[in-house]
Amino acid sequence: MTEEIRVSLTVNGRRHVLGVKPNTTLQNLIRSRLNLTGTKKGCELGECGACTVLMNGRPVNSCMVLAVEADGAEIVTIEGLAPDGDLHPLQKSFIKHGALQCGFCTPGMLLSAKALIDRHPDPTPDQIRSALGGNLCRCAAYPRIIEAVRSWREFDGVPLDTRPRIGAERDQERGTSVVGHSVTRYDAPDKVTGRAVYTADMRLPGMIYAKILTSPHPHALIRRCDVTRARALSGVVAALTADDVPDVLYGVSPARFDERILAKDRVRYVGDEVAVVAALDEETAERALRLIDVEYEPLPAVFDAEEAMREGAPLVHPEDPKFARNINTHVDWHFGDIERGFAEADHIRQERFTGSRTFQAPIEPHAALARWEHHGGKVTLWTSTQTPHYVQRMISRTLGIPAGNIRVIKPAVGGAFGGKAETTPLDFCAILLARRTGRPVLMKYDRREMFQHHRGRHKQTIDLKIGVKRDGTITAVESRILLDGGAYTSYGIITAYYAGAMIPTLYKVPNYRYEGFRMYTNLPACGAMRGHGVPQPRFAFESLLDMIAEDIRIDPIEIRIRNAMEPNTRTCNALDISSCEFRATLEKAREASGWNKKKGRLPRGRGIGVGCGGFVSGAGYPIYRAEIPHSSATIRVHEDGRAVSLQIAAAEIGQGSDTVLCQIAAEEMGIPYEWVWMVECDSVLAPMDLGSYASRVTLMAGSAVQMAASRVKEALCGVAARRLGCEPGALTCRDARIFITEQPDVAMEWSEAATLAFSQSGPVIGTGSYRPPVLGGDFKGGTVGTSPAFSFSTMVAEVDVDLETGFVKVMRCLDVSDSGTVINPMTFHGQVEGSIHMGLGEVLLEDVVHGPEGHILNPNLHDYLVPSMRETPEISSLVVDSYEPRGPFGAKEVGEGSILPVMGAIANAIHDATGVWVKELPITPERILRALKENRPADDAEKARSEPAMGVSE
Amino acid sequence: METMTLMVNGRSHSVLADRETPLLWVLRETLGLTGTKYGCGQAQCGACTVLLDGEAVRSCVTAVGEAAGREVTTIEGLSADGLHAVQRAWIAEDVAQCGYCQPGQILTAAALLGTNPHPNDAEIDAAMTGVLCRCGTYGRIRRAIHRAAKEAGDAGRP
Repeated sequence: MTEEIRVSLTVNGRRHVLGVKPNTTLQNLIRSRLNLTGTKKGCELGECGACTVLMNGRPVNSCMVLAVEADGAEIVTIEGLAPDGDLHPLQKSFIKHGALQCGFCTPGMLLSAKALIDRHPDPTPDQIRSALGGNLCRCAAYPRIIEAVRSWREFDGVPLDTRPRIGAERDQERGTSVVGHSVTRYDAPDKVTGRAVYTADMRLPGMIYAKILTSPHPHALIRRCDVTRARALSGVVAALTADDVPDVLYGVSPARFDERILAKDRVRYVGDEVAVVAALDEETAERALRLIDVEYEPLPAVFDAEEAMREGAPLVHPEDPKFARNINTHVDWHFGDIERGFAEADHIRQERFTGSRTFQAPIEPHAALARWEHHGGKVTLWTSTQTPHYVQRMISRTLGIPAGNIRVIKPAVGGAFGGKAETTPLDFCAILLARRTGRPVLMKYDRREMFQHHRGRHKQTIDLKIGVKRDGTITAVESRILLDGGAYTSYGIITAYYAGAMIPTLYKVPNYRYEGFRMYTNLPACGAMRGHGVPQPRFAFESLLDMIAEDIRIDPIEIRIRNAMEPNTRTCNALDISSCEFRATLEKAREASGWNKKKGRLPRGRGIGVGCGGFVSGAGYPIYRAEIPHSSATIRVHEDGRAVSLQIAAAEIGQGSDTVLCQIAAEEMGIPYEWVWMVECDSVLAPMDLGSYASRVTLMAGSAVQMAASRVKEALCGVAARRLGCEPGALTCRDARIFITEQPDVAMEWSEAATLAFSQSGPVIGTGSYRPPVLGGDFKGGTVGTSPAFSFSTMVAEVDVDLETGFVKVMRCLDVSDSGTVINPMTFHGQVEGSIHMGLGEVLLEDVVHGPEGHILNPNLHDYLVPSMRETPEISSLVVDSYEPRGPFGAKEVGEGSILPVMGAIANAIHDATGVWVKELPITPERILRALKENRPADDAEKARSEPAMGVSE
Repeated sequence: METMTLMVNGRSHSVLADRETPLLWVLRETLGLTGTKYGCGQAQCGACTVLLDGEAVRSCVTAVGEAAGREVTTIEGLSADGLHAVQRAWIAEDVAQCGYCQPGQILTAAALLGTNPHPNDAEIDAAMTGVLCRCGTYGRIRRAIHRAAKEAGDAGRP
């Protein structure tokens, strides 16, 4: 035991004298000793800024300050930004501008902003970028944060309300009271004050902490794993190895369960989980990991998808003959007549494109907290997940606990982007350890462990061939893709299918061939990430289409318009396109960007490019085969008639779904948004919903909510009709009144009808559910890519490329979306902006790199670059008029679809600026310089002008 | 303020506090052991009872300085798994109603059985009288203590 050192400091105006260990950080003092959990832990390395507090008026990363250094200091945390019960104008401005999504970085962001305005009360955008550049926001609410900080004074002395700001975005007018309006986010007040509780912020009496020991080898046999010495360490409560956990395989897709809670006899990547220790505190648990004796027998490993397929390559899963040659998934699709399609083409071009391994990198690390309830074998799990239902189901199956006995609660989630869509070893181990010890067990990954767990984007190598007629009409597309999947399947089967399924949704492709191989390698497993499987093939397609357009001298937007998907179309791979205003997005983008004045007319080094994308509005089928509603909701009217609670297990992960669902409920029932309580994501309180993935919440959960709300409305209209002496069908509910549609003056208050209904027949409860229509073709993998509706979008990007250094500065991004009716313009455009940033990171910066022994070389936010506020270009997000008949109030997807145009648009803009194509992601300065050196673009351009460019070029 | 070494539930903690601070608040606020309850702050209700070297004391009137260097046992540390003989008996007899006084009751009962493995009703009443239960579970507490005594006796250990 180390002697404690006396530290005296003032936190939020209150003096504290505490004894601390010499290695205690200011962050831990604030969070663990003072219970001020608004200060977040994102990286513990001073890279993300989530733990920013003010120390003597200056912003510091509290993870990088020792508590003893803060002796005598004046500290302000988010909880102290404004006096109790009040909000600082900055906080109000953040709420009103929608300058947050998941909210995890928001406290740090606000404190950096506070320090700035104390020095510069009227900061310029550049000052804001500079002052807040060290605070990473993976949702990338940057444009809104800049605006919120810039205009903070407007909110000084102004009371906060939830109504849209005057002059706030308003895209479409559909005669609605709540839907279509930028009401403030439901969760914003909690997120700007540090009150939002994320899993790792939770404290339960008697809670202990656990950490996992992972493999240092990329491939090895475990000869012995002995936890005796770890168990003997003072403060250790329990230690488990594979022998102590169920010997059951789990995973995501039932067809390929290939993971174990703890590795049994073989580890398959650096980071594979081997043993777990629970202790009274985290430090002891970490110390105990070093006392576990594991004897490994290292084996040859394979780190490259192409290598993995070669005869004689080391096998990642040698125990299963199904995986000979390391092929985890093989997709073999033929639609139409590919040979005839290419024979009909006047011009064919084939190119190879290579993507990168990108990582979701949410600022909140995964965390899980489990507690056994000592009552009928029940367990509660709080977990940072986007798919609580799948977690519940997988725990039930793997640990043999009836699903109904598992209560899954999703607290606030600090970003997910696909990375929190599966059950983690944290979930399993926390539950097992909590059962073993009788105490609540909290587990969390640190930043390095996040990278090791991965489940990020698959790196794809894409051989793509497109044939077109002289006028640019596509006659055939052939795509062969090799996906590096890492050591386990995760979502990878679906990824491999998605990589092919979504290509024919944007343009009319009559003949299509796709062959995909998802390969096992001894690297961390890849999974689902925003745009799931599609961004890299889309990057390839959009690049190749531009190359072809250049070859046959058609304007890039024009060639897209000529091939653009049309509404009510069945694609060659049997996907049913319902509403579709893709062409309109292209035309609007062309006009709004000034395309015709700029394309081909910008000086060398400056360029403009177009890219397109689109995505599903929810998957047509669940991950496992089942005839179940995909979403369900319950709405209960409170007995005073002036509030309702909406119970739903759709997962708010920062995208704003709570807000959108409350709006849909309020609109349908005809009550104000402020009347709705969201009771979200607790499997005891809310009926089943598949969660937040595949952009499903607005359409699917929204439809369930709309049905539940309409049933409440029916009940109240029945009561009101008797009072008003009319048929229930003659009534309208709007703005908290129920009136005869034809005689608006004959009315009663909504609340009066509600109280009357309660007094007559008890609680007023409406239930709703949603299941998609039967979709898809009758062929293997025909369910992947199906959806009731598809989004479409076009992005035009302008870049400035330094031809000396290869550095790319993105000047402007203009996105035009067809997402049906926009429920909340503020959150909608926030999603588009966030998606654009993630796409910019992927195309220009991001790549998880491994060393020769399979170790990650950049498992931190210093070396793995994600966009910061300094990289924020000017972004315009526009919509076209669109209505999706299958969606609630006409709405469909946004947020995943909008990442898809980004990479192609940037690559095409870089080509416009430099004359070179970089076909490998990320498009780094080195790659641009290399391409410039190799290609001598000036000569090529000359050549292109002098020769007709028809024919085949490979 | 001074740094003291506290041994709580088998684990030593270095704590910076005023010597006169009631042990209750150091347990609850500094160490986060909230199983020990505040009921009156005047040693009148017994909800804050903890064991000091095996003896039941009121932590609300025990200065932390007095506890330094001695063994403190709170409800969290009575057993590793929450199933000490007294706790098992408490569950079997369905003792708890609101539960607020129960940590104090259980620790007092454990202390009693530590010195007197087979107490009679009068001895139980004498030992337990200082721990108030407003729900009135006294009859069941008595039965539970007898049960725990019997179980421990059957198992051949005190």
